[in-house]
Amino acid sequence: MISAERKPFGEIKASIRPHRKILMVGCATCVAECAAGGEKEVGLLASQLRLDAVKEGREIEIKEMTLDRQCVYEFIDQVTPVADQYDVILSLGCGAGVQAMAEVLPKIHIVPALNTTSIAETREAGVWLEDCRGCGDCKLDYFADICPVTRCAKGLFNGPCGGSKEGRCEADPDAQCAWQLIITRLEETGRTASMDEVYPPANWARKQGKGPRKIVREDQRA
Amino acid sequence: MSESRLKKVLGGGHFAVTAECGPPKGADPEVIRKKGRLLAGYVDSVNVTDNQTGVVRLSSLAACVILREEGLDPVLQMVARDRNRIALQSDVLGASALGIRNILLLSGDHQSLGNQPEAKGVFDLDSMQLLQTVRQMRDKGIVLGGDQLSSMPDLFIGAVENPFGDPRSYRVARLAKKVRAGAEFIQTQCIYNITRFREFMAEVRDRGLDGKVAILGGITPLKSARMAEYMAKSVAGMDIPPELIDRIKAVPAKEQRREGIKIAVETMEALKEIKGVRGVHIMAIEWEEVVPELVEKAELLPRPGG
Repeated sequence: MISAERKPFGEIKASIRPHRKILMVGCATCVAECAAGGEKEVGLLASQLRLDAVKEGREIEIKEMTLDRQCVYEFIDQVTPVADQYDVILSLGCGAGVQAMAEVLPKIHIVPALNTTSIAETREAGVWLEDCRGCGDCKLDYFADICPVTRCAKGLFNGPCGGSKEGRCEADPDAQCAWQLIITRLEETGRTASMDEVYPPANWARKQGKGPRKIVREDQRA
Repeated sequence: MSESRLKKVLGGGHFAVTAECGPPKGADPEVIRKKGRLLAGYVDSVNVTDNQTGVVRLSSLAACVILREEGLDPVLQMVARDRNRIALQSDVLGASALGIRNILLLSGDHQSLGNQPEAKGVFDLDSMQLLQTVRQMRDKGIVLGGDQLSSMPDLFIGAVENPFGDPRSYRVARLAKKVRAGAEFIQTQCIYNITRFREFMAEVRDRGLDGKVAILGGITPLKSARMAEYMAKSVAGMDIPPELIDRIKAVPAKEQRREGIKIAVETMEALKEIKGVRGVHIMAIEWEEVVPELVEKAELLPRPGG
C-alpha cells in the first residue's frame, strides 16, 4: 500500500486557518489501511477541528466524506457537485489523491492533511515498513526478495557496508541490515554464488525518468 | 610526471606505511601543511578523508593537492555518498590531472551520522561499482556507458575492508569481490582483535587473495579507556575485545595514552609477522603527531626512498 502519516494538528490548523467552510475528503484504500486517512481518521480529525474552533470561539462548518479511491477520477465525481459550496478541501488522501482531485477540480483550493511516505507492508498492528521505492526495474529475485534500494540505508547493490553491527544498520540501529537479511536468505537457499559477480550500476533513468513517469497502455484506453 | 610512491614501495616488496590526515573544518591550508610536515619521512603515503562521518570539511582533492606541494604522496579518498557518477568520474580525471596518483574508493558513512543529516544521500554507485568504473577509466580509457576518454587517468586504486563487520561469514567473499572489481590495495578497519584478524587473513590466503591485492592493516592508537569504551559501543563496525578495554582501564588516566601507543605498536609488530599483510595504515584521529613515534617504535624506519 501507499503509506502516510497525518500531519501535526498545528500544521493542519494553520493551513486551513482563514477558512470557515471545510470539506474533508478521506480515502478508503491505502491510507485507510495504514490508519492515516480513512473514514475513521476523517471523523477523528473533524471532531478535533470542531472542538478546537469552539474552544477559540470561532465558527466552523465541516462536511466529512470518504471516497473509495481518491486517485481515481470516477470516485472524485462524488465531490464535484458539492465542492464549490466550501472554502477549502482538506484531503486525507495520499499525494496522488490530492493531485488527482486538483486535476478534476481546477478552481478549488485543496490542502493536504497527510505526509505521504512510502510503499509499505503492514508488519503488525500499528507498524508499517517501507519495502519499495518504485525504481522501475525490480530485481528482487536476485536479492533474495529483500530490496537493497529501499531497505539498505545506502542502497548498496554489492553486499553490506562495513558498518552493520549484530545485524543492525549503522544509520538506524532500530532497522535490520538489509544485507544481513539478504545473505542469510541466500545462504539458507544455497544461492550465495550469485553474489560473487559485481552487480552493475543501476539505471536510475527508470526511476527518475524525465520528470513524472507515465504508463500508457493502449489496450486499456477507451 | 609523478608516480605513486605507495605503489613503488609495495612493488619493491617493502612493508608499507600510510597514515590518515583529516582536513580541517575550515579553509586554512596551513592546517594541512602542518599535518603533512609532521608525517613527511615517516610514512610512504597520506590518505585524505572525504567529509568523513558526513561532516563538512575542506575537500579531499584540495587537501591532496596541498600535501603534494609539501612533497607527500597523497591518497585521495572518494565516497559515493555525495556525488553522482558524472561528478565522480569527472573528479577522478581532475585528480589525475593535478598529479594525484592514489585513490581510495568507498561508499561513505551515512549522511545521517554527520552535521548535514537533512542532506540527500546520493549513492548513485556503490563502492564496488565505483571501483570497477575507475579501473575501466584507467585500463580501458572508457567511462560508464562506454565513451572513450581522450587520455587515461594514472591512479593506483584502493578500497577498504572491515574484517570485523557483519555478517562475518561474508567478509572475505566481499574482499574477493572488491579485488575482482579492481582494487589493487586494501586498507582495513582498525584492528584491535588480532585473533579475529588472523582468522580473516588465513581465509584470505586460502582464497589466494594475498597474491592479488596488497592488504594494509588499520591501526588507531587509543587515547584513553573512555575512547576505547566509546568506540566499542558506538562506532559502527568496530571490534574491541573486553580484555583490551580492561588492560587500558587498569592504567591510571594520565598514562592511558602511553598504554594506547604500546598497544598500537604491539599490533603493528604482530601485523608485520602475518603472511599477506603488506603494510599498516595508521588512522590517528586528530592525533597525527603520534604517527612518527608509532612508526619508529614499530621499527619501520627509515622509509624506503625516504
